[in-house]
This record gives sequence, structure tokens and C-alpha cells, in this order.
Amino acid sequence: MPGTITDEIEIIDAGRGGGTNVPAGGDDDGEGSFGSPGIPQRAYFTVIQLGLAGIIMFFMALTSSFLVRKGLGNDWVAFNFPRILWLNTLILLASSITIQIARRHLREDEKAAFKRWWSVTTSLGILFLAGQFIAWRQLARQGVFLVTNPSSSFFYVLTAAHGLHLFGGILALVYVSHRSWRRSRVSQATATDVASIYWHCMDGLWVFLFALLYLGR
Amino acid sequence: MVTHDSGGHHHPPTSFIRKYIFSTDHKVIGLQYYFLALFSVFLGMALSMLMRIHLVWPSAKMPFTPGGQMTPEQYLALMTMHGSIMVFMVLTTAPQSGFGNYALPIQIGAEDMAFPVLNMLSFWTTLLSLIVLVSAFFVNGGAPISGWTAYPPLSALGQIAGPGQGAGQTLWVVGVAIFCIGSLLGALNFITTTVDLRAKGMTLGRMPLTVWAWLVTAILGLLAFGVLLAACLLLLLDRIAGTSFFIPGGLVVTDTPIVSHTGGSPLLWQHLFWFFGHPEVYIAILPGMGVASHVLSTFSRKPVFGYKAMVGALGAIGFLGFCVWGHHMFISGMSPYSAFAFSLLTMTIGVPSAIKTFNWLGTLWGGRIQFTTAMMFGLGFVSLFVTGGLSGLFLAQPSIDLYLHDTYFVVAHFHLIMGVAAIFGIFAATYFWFPKMFGRMLNETIGKVHFWFTFVGVYSIFMPMHFLGLAGHPRRYADTTGVNFLGPLHSVHYFITLAAMITISAQLIFLFNFFYSMKAGQKASENPWNATTLEWSIPSPPPFDNFAGRIPVVYRGPYEFSVPGATDDYIPQHLTPERVGKAH
Amino acid sequence: MMSSLWLFGAESAWRVDTRRPSTRADHLIRVVAANRPEWRKMRRKSGEQGSAAVAFTLATFLVIFTVVTVYLFLAKIWWFPPAISDFGAQIDAQFHRTLIITGIVFVLAQLGLALAIFRSRDRGQKASFFEGNAVIEFIWTLATVIMFVGLGLYGEHAWAEAHFQGAARGALQLEVTGQQFAWNFRYAGPDGKFGGTKPELVSASSGNPLGLDPRDPASKDDVVSPVAYVPVGQEVELLIKTQDVTHSFYVRELRLKQDAVPGMTIHMHFNATVPGEYELACAELCGLGHYRMRSFVSVVSRDEFDKWMGDQEAALQQQ
Repeated sequence: MPGTITDEIEIIDAGRGGGTNVPAGGDDDGEGSFGSPGIPQRAYFTVIQLGLAGIIMFFMALTSSFLVRKGLGNDWVAFNFPRILWLNTLILLASSITIQIARRHLREDEKAAFKRWWSVTTSLGILFLAGQFIAWRQLARQGVFLVTNPSSSFFYVLTAAHGLHLFGGILALVYVSHRSWRRSRVSQATATDVASIYWHCMDGLWVFLFALLYLGR
Repeated sequence: MVTHDSGGHHHPPTSFIRKYIFSTDHKVIGLQYYFLALFSVFLGMALSMLMRIHLVWPSAKMPFTPGGQMTPEQYLALMTMHGSIMVFMVLTTAPQSGFGNYALPIQIGAEDMAFPVLNMLSFWTTLLSLIVLVSAFFVNGGAPISGWTAYPPLSALGQIAGPGQGAGQTLWVVGVAIFCIGSLLGALNFITTTVDLRAKGMTLGRMPLTVWAWLVTAILGLLAFGVLLAACLLLLLDRIAGTSFFIPGGLVVTDTPIVSHTGGSPLLWQHLFWFFGHPEVYIAILPGMGVASHVLSTFSRKPVFGYKAMVGALGAIGFLGFCVWGHHMFISGMSPYSAFAFSLLTMTIGVPSAIKTFNWLGTLWGGRIQFTTAMMFGLGFVSLFVTGGLSGLFLAQPSIDLYLHDTYFVVAHFHLIMGVAAIFGIFAATYFWFPKMFGRMLNETIGKVHFWFTFVGVYSIFMPMHFLGLAGHPRRYADTTGVNFLGPLHSVHYFITLAAMITISAQLIFLFNFFYSMKAGQKASENPWNATTLEWSIPSPPPFDNFAGRIPVVYRGPYEFSVPGATDDYIPQHLTPERVGKAH
Repeated sequence: MMSSLWLFGAESAWRVDTRRPSTRADHLIRVVAANRPEWRKMRRKSGEQGSAAVAFTLATFLVIFTVVTVYLFLAKIWWFPPAISDFGAQIDAQFHRTLIITGIVFVLAQLGLALAIFRSRDRGQKASFFEGNAVIEFIWTLATVIMFVGLGLYGEHAWAEAHFQGAARGALQLEVTGQQFAWNFRYAGPDGKFGGTKPELVSASSGNPLGLDPRDPASKDDVVSPVAYVPVGQEVELLIKTQDVTHSFYVRELRLKQDAVPGMTIHMHFNATVPGEYELACAELCGLGHYRMRSFVSVVSRDEFDKWMGDQEAALQQQ
């Protein structure tokens, strides 16, 4: 299976057979784990996509507030865009590549390599958050705080909200690499895929926010 | 019953805490939500009763007011909390999270929600938000006075804007934000469960209309609550961090210039709030529509008229619900050109709503109506939906809204359509599913008495409010003596208050019936209503994992009543074709 | 006996109407009861009358409710005050058009519900089986689309007049400012210019509720008043503002309502043709004194207006 998100989505769509002649079933995923109710693995893909839809609505509300507030008020002042954000962006983009490498190793059943690359991804995520924190410190040193100007208010709100979501992603990565799959409802393959879908989306979301903050400042 | 083994089994928890408190069983969680809503609805009604008394007898002694009579800010605090508790904790919670949690997994043939622990978390998050919200009463300054819509700058400036706008308003914002998170988690579970956990044969076209309604509602919740969460976040920052998202510069409050804020936009809040707020109206009413369709069909012993049109109308109402938020803002200073578009889109919502009404009548027509209490409330729902919906056609037109906006006409409209109609949906669902939930029947005679008091009562309360609105009575007035033209309307207020006293007292009949029947009601069989959907194929109350490990297979649509050629006037969904016509 | 048991019992238990005055033997009823839905058993126990009585009561209530509602809307006991502008008359006309259409739908729907309830009550008949009718559904969908959307389009006239067209040339400029919990009106005075204001100068107690800047010459002749006077038949342009929170300018007789939004100046216009004193009430929740935040707009003859304005200007000179 080629390792892209698109493939994942196609598989999920194919799995949503409830409306057609092949009805959905509670047990047709051949899950053999004892002592847990049968829940198809595709449910995890469904829920992550829905969750992302909700998250995107949240960020769209903030984005439209950003655009409206910038358009309405005549008090918008641009601040010095922290240079380190470019580096942070590169780090996050790199983490999307390493997570793909990790998944490929898992598919080829190279557990050790998977673990290694997965940890690299996690570290890059932590590095990104640290970089974001440094960006905040740089702004603070310039005297640009949350309340200084609407431009900085939105900068802090958007980066903080994204940082929180990415932190959730890091927790997911750590969870995936440290739990045992023996008695689990969710298979390792599913958990890995779901975590990486989320990770890619947080990555994409950052690129969007970065563009918004850079172009809109 | 033809079944096939589902492979694994739940093991029911044995300790009391795991079974009833931190339960992951969707049925227990559904009941927890239901009791949370039951507590909230009586609290909300008590608040409204105090408001009604104050409006008619302004100098009446109130137990909780030190000076004796109620102050305007206390009235507004009651009004704010009445609205917030009713909208969030009752109308969003009971029909969707309560009954949806209880019945949706069983109706689609699932053992539980897709993510039981997440489900438990949703409930506890919701309970936390209720606690935070209600605690606003007990802080310095009391509960906020800015209404459930919390328009800034009144809601953003803090204590200087009025009593209750300090700590009380902060708690309100935090409470609502927590509620958003709980609702988002719940919505994820509802949609995933419906999409992925349906039993074999439960195709989309065979889903009961209740399931469709819960599904559409969950989608609305998923897309709407994130926006309210963002709005609450920004409002909170304006309040406690000193940002200026919603607060413009140059304000002077009681001769004190506000120098710390510049350039914010109060209208931005209104846009964000109503982008959530209008779908929220449908979050409250759509499950009621589902229950009404379900109950009307069952007790007319007739299939739902135009099942596909009903599903399409649910979808259309849900979709259009996101395109019309501006009709709350016709006189807000928003661009008058966009009012034009919002108005036409709003009038368009009348079309799927009318389709639903016609189809309900079509369902009844030629049926064999059995007047159970659940059915009575279902019929009441249709009547209330028509009455409350039609007044929306006035308010959807910006020109007429110039006069009627923010008058009691609006109060009458939304109480009838999203308040009382939704409550009637909840009552219909309660009388309908109570036997399944508790294994005993609610007393039908007491139920009928309760219905009549409630049905006559709510019309007596809310119909006169239309006329208050036509006479120009603005809403959210703590007192009717401040403005001259309100004088002649006192008799109407008097009538409304009397009707409210009787109607609210009559709800104690329901409370009695509920707890009495839970203990001593007549034992209910598996299928006391001769209904068709899957929840009636299992014992009352159902076992821990619903189907005792034997997941049913679905062979037919949800409303096969009085099918020609069949022996009985109902064919359950799980009945194999070979067994139709034989006793079951 | 056995034959009747076979007739009713074996074919379908539901066919037996147990509420009909029963001449059948008790044991037959007992046999049927074994298959009867539980709520029916209960109803017999609690002595509730048959469904005909319930159906009749419910249908009758719906009819009475409909009649009373229609009566109250026709009797107009509690109603709009008469409109005092052409614009107000237009809004009333659109209101009545809407009232007629919704009224017809209301009566048909409620009576239809009553009829369906009474006609289809359980008389022991078999329910007819139909799952829909595409033609009927299409027709009533189309009918509602035309009716509702058409009504909406029709009503846009008045809205367009209020908002898309500016005030007529030479309109009297009248600034309305809301604050917790009072209204203030300002006329530009003979120079036709509103003077500048400053937030830090606002002081209702010392007689400068709008914070007029005394150093701005244009503010010297600005007339500030807690009540408004306008000449009859004169186009008036309102500049609606607020100092603190959102308020709403609402004069029933003008059929005008407009929020005063912090940070914005919103323009509305009217032309009152009937003299009189009209009450202005705040229509947007603005705090604890919302219920008493009112003022008056007096529509007076041109002479009276000039005299009032002259008095105000004279009072300014004395200060």
C-alpha cells in the first residue's frame, strides 16, 4: 500500500458500505481480540476525520475573526515577524516526512526502524514546540505581548491554539510507541495511521496559519 | 430472532461506581444525561417562575433577596441563567445526548457507542460545565446579566458594565466553553457510531428517523460548537487578558473612559455567536422531529409518509441552518445588503419545515391512531411546531423585523418552536421509551392529565406573548413600569403569569409519575407498544451489552406497520422474510 | 363460542375492537388481551374512556385554539399603535400580507391535524398502507417555495427604502446617543456642523453628557437635549451612536428599530407625518436599567419646532 493519506481516505470510503447492498457489521473486521466488543478499525479513521473537521471549524472561526478584525479596525500594527518561525515550519514539514518513513518501516515489519523514525518524529514535534516558545520569547523581548495590538493578540492565540493541538499530537505519538497491542481494541497499524493523519493535518494547519500570520500581519 | 454471534462480549462491571457513576455503558450515560437535564429543567423553570412573579408583582417579597423585593439586576441574572441553562443543559442535552445515547446504539443494532470512554468523558465534561455555570449565582456580584447571547461590550467590560458582569460573567464564559468541548466529543461519538457500527442489513434507508435526526444533529454540533468555543476563547481574553477583539475604543461607561481597549468589533461576536446559535436552534428541535415522526408512525399503525422526503428535509434544514445566522442581526448594523440574502435563505427553510408538517399529517391520515400519552405529546409537537414555525415567517423578513425584533413576539416564537416543541419531543420520547429504560410503564392516566395541563398551559403562556410583541413590548425588561406604553399590557402579563404558575406546578405531576412508575409502575414487556425498531426486540430494561452478544440482522425498513397481507399490523425490523405472517 | 374465537383470535388479535360495548364472552376478551399491547390493558384498568373521547377532546381543543387565535388577531385588542409615516404604512401592509398567508396556513394545518386525529382514531379499522405520494409531495413543496420565497421578495421593498436609499437632500440631521441608561439628542445648530467630542470630557453630572469639546468652534452652537423635537413632514436623518454598550433605538409609531453599536455611527431616516409625542424605548439589553431607558420623540409643527429650537439656542447663549 503506498503511504499517503489519500490512500487511507479511499480505504475508509470503501469501508463505509452501510448504505449499499453490503451492510456494515459489528464484527466483519475479523478482529480476534478477546474480551472487547467488536468495533471495526475504520471507526478510528472516521472519528479522526470528524475530529479534524471540528478542529478546522474552530480554526476557521479564529481565521475569519482575524480577517474581520484586521479589516475593520484601523489600529492594526505589524510586528517584527520572528525569523525562527521559518525554521519551525521546516522542522514540522520534516516531521511529516519522517512519520511517513516510520510508517513504511512498520509496513515492512521493521519494528526497530519504525520505533527509531517514530521517535525522530516525536522529537521534531517537541523541537517545533520549543521553537514556537522561543518565538514568543523573542516577541516578548521586543515588547510585543498578547494585548499589545490585535495583530499580536491573534498571533499568540493562533500559535497557542495550534501548539496545544500539536501537543495532543505528540501525546498520541508517544502513546502509539509505548503501548502494548496485545489486548487492544485498536490495532497498531490503525493507531499509527490515525496518529499520522492527525499529524499531517496539524502540519498542514500550521502551514496555513503561518501563511495567514505572515501575509496578514 | 435470527442473530449471529458478534465474537467478543462485554463483561458488565460489578462495582457500584463503575456501574452507575463512571459507567461507560451508553444506556447509563444516556440516563445520566437525562437526569442532568431533568435537574436543569426544573431549575430553569423555577428561575422563570420567579421572573414571571416579579413582572406582575414587582414588590413581591422574594426569599433570596436581602432587601425584600427583586432588583432589576437580579431579574436579568435570572433571565440570563434561565436561557443558558435551558438552551445548553436541557434542549441540547436531553433530546440528543440523553435519548440519543440511550436509543441510538440499540436502534442501529450496536452493543455500545463506538468509544465508550470518550462517551463517559463527554458526560462528565457536561456536568462540569453545569456546575461552573450554576456557580455563577454564588460569586460576588451574582450571575451575569447579559442574556444567553452575551453581547459585548456588555459582556466584555467586566464589573463596570453592571453587577454580575465580573466573576459571574467569567464563569459563564468558561462554563459555556467547557460545554462546547463536551458536545464536540459527544458529536464525534454519535456520528462514528452511526456510520460504522450499524448491524448487518441496517442500511441508511432502513435507519429509523430518530437515528437520522440524531445523526444530522451531531453533524450540526460538530461544526457549530467549535465556532462558539473560539468565540468564548476570544471573549475570555477580552475580559481577563485585556485584548480588544470585541471592544472598540473610545467607550465611556458611566462617565469613566475605557482607555485600555481600541478597535474591537461587537458585531464580530454576534456573527460568531449566531453562526453557532442558529444551528443550535436546530440541534434543539431536530431530535424532537425525529421522535415525533417515530411516535406518530408507531401509534398511527402506519408507515411514515414520505420517509425519503423526511430524511431530505432533515438534511436541508441542517444545511440551511448554517446559512441563515444573519437573520438574528437584521437591526444590528450589519450590511443591509446581506440582510437581503439572509432573509431569502431563511424563508427557504420554511419549505423543508412545511414538508415535515405535511408528511406528519400524511402519516396520521388513514391511520388507526392510538392515543397513548407518547402519541398525545407527538401530536402536540406537530401543533406547536406549526404555531411556532409560522411566526418565524414574520421575523425572517427584515422589514417586519424592524418592528418586531427584540420584542415579546420573538420570545413567543422561539419558546414555542425551540423551547416547548422540543420539550414536547422530550416528553413524547420519555413516555415512549420509559418502559424500555426502566422495565415499567409510566402511568397513562396520570400521563394524560400531565399532557392536558402542559398542552393547554404552554399555549396559554406563549400565545399572548405574540400580542405583547405586536404592541411593541421589548423583551428583557425587568419591569413594566419604566415605559408608559407598557401600562395597558399589564393584564396580559397577569394572565401569562397565572398560566405559567399552573403549567409549572403541573410538571410536578410528571415528576411524581416518573419516580412512582419507576418503582411501582406496571411491568413492561419486551415490546409494549407493538413497535418495529430493534430496541423493542430485547428485554426491558436491556441487558448490559444490549443484545446479549447476539447482534440482530435487519431485514426491512423501520416503519412497516399495517403491511397488506401480513398477519399482524407491525413487522419488526429483525424479522426474517420467512417468519413474516407467522406469530412472533 | 369456539367458532368466534377462531374467527377473531386466529386471524388477527388486533382486529377485535375491545372498546366497543362488549357482548362477547369474557373469556374471549381474556384471550385477546393476552396479545394486546400493554397500555391498552392499563387503560381499561384505570377506567379511561375509549379513544373516541380522547380524539374528540383533542380535536375540539385544536379547533377552539384555532378559533380563539384567529379571533384575537382579528379583534386587535393588543396591537400596533397607528403608523405615523408612509414607511410605517408599508411595513404594516407587508405585515398584513404575511399575516394572511401564515393565517391561512395556520388554520389549515391546525384544523387538518384536528381532522386527521378525529377521522383516523382507532375504531377497530385497519390502517391504510401508503408510504408517500410523490406527486402530492412535489406539489406542496413547490407551493410552499412560491408562497414563502415570494412573500420574502415582496417584503424587501420596505427594507430597501429604509436602508439602501439615503435620507433625502436637506434632511434634518439628528444625532442620537445611547448610554447606560439614557438617550441624548444633538442638533448641529445654525452652522450645520456637529462639533467634536472627547471621551474624557463626558460627564453627565456636569451637564456635558456627550463630552462636547468646548475648544471646537463647531460645537458652540450644538443643541443637546434629552428629548427630541422634529418638524412634521420633514425628512430626518438619524445618526445613531452609543457611548458604552449596545443599545437600540426603537420608536413603535415610526416602525423603526436600529441597534446603536459601540464604535459605529449608523444612519437611518424617517419622515413623520402625524404630530404627537412618541415614546422611544431601548430595545437591546444594555444592563440593569434597560427597562427604564426611554425618551420621547415629539413631532410638532414647523413653527413649534422653530420656537423650541430658538429657546434651546437662547439657553446656550446664556451659559
